[in-house]
Amino acid sequence: MAARVLVVGESTGDLLSASTAKCVACAREIAPDVEVAVFASRAAPVAAAAAALAGVTRVLHVEWPAPALAAALAPEVARLAAGFTHVLGPSSTFGKDLMPRVAALLGVGQISDVMRVLDPQRFQRPIYAGNAIATVRAPAGRTVVATVRLASYAAGAAAREAAPVDARAPVGAPPSHTRFVELRSQRADRPDLQTATRVVAGGRALGSTDNFARLYELADELGAAVGASRAAVDSGFVPNELQVGQTGKIIAPELYLAIGISGAIQHLTGIKDARTIVAINRDPDAPIFEIADVGLVADWASAVPELLAALRAAPR
Amino acid sequence: MVCIKRVVDYNVRVRVKPDGTGVAVDGLKMSINPFDEIALEEALRLKERGQAGEVLVVSIGAADAQQQLRTGLAMGADRALLVEAAAPLEPLGVARALHALVARERPDLVLLGKQAIDDDHAQTGQMLAALWDRPQATFASRVEIAGTHATVTREVDAGLEVIEVDLPAVVTTDLRLNQPRYVKLPEILKAKKKPLDVLRLDSLGIDARAEIVVERVDAPAPRARGIRVRDCAELVTVLRQRGVL
Repeated sequence: MAARVLVVGESTGDLLSASTAKCVACAREIAPDVEVAVFASRAAPVAAAAAALAGVTRVLHVEWPAPALAAALAPEVARLAAGFTHVLGPSSTFGKDLMPRVAALLGVGQISDVMRVLDPQRFQRPIYAGNAIATVRAPAGRTVVATVRLASYAAGAAAREAAPVDARAPVGAPPSHTRFVELRSQRADRPDLQTATRVVAGGRALGSTDNFARLYELADELGAAVGASRAAVDSGFVPNELQVGQTGKIIAPELYLAIGISGAIQHLTGIKDARTIVAINRDPDAPIFEIADVGLVADWASAVPELLAALRAAPR
Repeated sequence: MVCIKRVVDYNVRVRVKPDGTGVAVDGLKMSINPFDEIALEEALRLKERGQAGEVLVVSIGAADAQQQLRTGLAMGADRALLVEAAAPLEPLGVARALHALVARERPDLVLLGKQAIDDDHAQTGQMLAALWDRPQATFASRVEIAGTHATVTREVDAGLEVIEVDLPAVVTTDLRLNQPRYVKLPEILKAKKKPLDVLRLDSLGIDARAEIVVERVDAPAPRARGIRVRDCAELVTVLRQRGVL
């Protein structure tokens, strides 16, 4: 049977999220033609945006009053899944919330965080926070439900011609047991740690909350978010939400600057997808240097002001 | 009801077996999955605030998961239940087992970690909620119980989403929800006297066969070897050359 792939589109407000184009890119490794389901209000430009992605042959626009909650959405997606061999969603919080609920309604397992498609039934995915890569095979003759690891895919080109949009009303009534209250977006002066392209992080070596504050100046110079090792969090220098690592945030910025961080395994796990890792540590044998692209053996207290001076002085 | 999984401790570096059959876990320190520990801590706090009558801690897995259940009892759970399974289960199998337990135990709230740090599936809670046809509140960073419903703050990509769910419901916990307590020695001794029941997976009458085959497990491609620089000026020069700055 030829593969038929449905991508569950994600939208934020009235806009199609970038995650959808990445899912379509993954889906095209399974089959050349992809259909996308979007859940949005009638007027939202979400369906048109999905229809403009290369490889998309049809958009199913389910007219949906925002916001979309998993408990309400899952039965709709499970109904739409009929006739498809694969149903893919993004491994964003939206997709992680929704897709396992869809899989369970369909009575199948889910393949989480697909990073590579080997063939329509075989996929690679990270386990142990990326410290190992599993090759898994989905059973033949069952719907394959999967989420797509967004860091592994780039959005494809725009289509030459927009795909047709098939608008429809939802089939079922949403359950009353789950109610949306509000969304508080975290708008701040500083970039968000999870999505920042640059991150400056400090460890236990900084010694105090006051010393840690000196990293903020460096972060502001770089336009970076601030993170911390678990040791720094456990020492009470910074709040929990700054923790980077397997039990904190797993991040993949363009630049990760680790200052006074020795590099416990669980911390390294949280940063190893960063494009460039820079480590500044007094101890030349610190494990952080094993994965750093650029290392500097220096005490943080002298290095931070020197680095600030070098950033401000050097010609761009 | 709190569901915990026995996993390799988060501080241990795992190694992939050279023959590609999996990750070598023999002899490694094993712990409660950290996110599940947060789930248990939250249940204990609900009880301490008078919002929960009893805290039941359950695990689905091999016999040695009794160690982690004992730790859960030492943290303060009232009783423990192990569903002993001969082979590892997939999240759907675990969710089916939990669904069977929910029918027996009739909890008002099921708490579990948002994901286990070994397989990183992040599926079980959502699957249980689907099978049970009850609300789910995943990635919780705040849980407030008020009568017959709970208000849960969820950590989502766009910020913090607040939803209200009728009880019973399934809540999966994120890191920021709380800091689990340390277990004190007298509690460990006391926990030995608390009830820990063992059920066989077969007795639940569910289909828990694994369907997704793990063909092999490989180590990730290693990072290219890095360089050392002498000072901050050289560091800035190197980063500019590489187009990072």
